[in-house]
Amino acid sequence: MAESKKLSLISMSGDFDKVIAVFTLASGAAAVGYEVNIFFTFWGLNSIKKQTGRSFLGQGGLARLFNFLLGGRKKLPLSRLNFGGLSPILMNGMMKGKNVATLEELFGASKALGVNFYACEMAMHVLELTRDDFIPEVKDVLGVASFLELSKGGQTLFI
Amino acid sequence: MSIHHLDITGERCPMTFVKTKLHLEQLQPGDLTEILLMAGEPLDNVPRTVTEQGYEVLETIHVKDTIHKVVIRKPNH
Repeated sequence: MAESKKLSLISMSGDFDKVIAVFTLASGAAAVGYEVNIFFTFWGLNSIKKQTGRSFLGQGGLARLFNFLLGGRKKLPLSRLNFGGLSPILMNGMMKGKNVATLEELFGASKALGVNFYACEMAMHVLELTRDDFIPEVKDVLGVASFLELSKGGQTLFI
Repeated sequence: MSIHHLDITGERCPMTFVKTKLHLEQLQPGDLTEILLMAGEPLDNVPRTVTEQGYEVLETIHVKDTIHKVVIRKPNH
C-alpha cells in the first residue's frame, strides 16, 4: 500500500522565478505520488488567470489598473534584473536551450498530474477578481481556515 | 501484456519524474516498461518513487556510460 504524502504550497509571489519554483515543486511532488495543493493569494493569483497577458479585470478603476499592470502568467517579471520584461523571455530561452522545463510546461504538468489549485477569497475581493477570471482547473475559492484544514498532516511552503 | 519504452535520458528534474508518472499511468495492469535514465538523481530516485507508488521494479541494468535501464511492471490490482 502506497504511503500517503501531502505538500501544500502558498503561492503569494507573482515573480517569474518564484512561480517557476511553485510549479517545479508542485509537478515534481505530484509525479512522485504526493497530494499537492496550491493556495494562490495576492500576486500569486496572476498565475491562474485565464488571460495570460495583460487585461483590465474588475470593476473599479484602481482594480482594473492593478490587474492590467500585473498581467497574467505570460507577463510575470523576474524578481531581480527584470529589464522591463526582457529577462523572463531570455530566461525561457535559456531553459529551453538547456532542456529544462519552461513555466508553461511545468504549469501543464501540474494540471495533468492533478495538482489542486485554490484561490484566496480575500485577495480576490481586494483585486476584484471573480472565479470566472481564473482557469477552470481552480478547484475552489478558500479562506485561511479551509486552507489550514486541507493542508493538515502534510508539509507547507510559502513562496 | 505488452512491453513499453520511455527514454528520459535527455530530461531534467522535475520532468524526469513527470514523464515517468504520465507514462506509467498509460500502462495497463500487468504491462512492463523499460525506462532509460541517467545515473544520479533519476537513477537514485525514479526506482524508489515508483516502488512507493505500488509499481514493481524488476531489474536495473547498466546500459553504457551513465545510462541505465530500469524494468518496471504495473501491478495487476
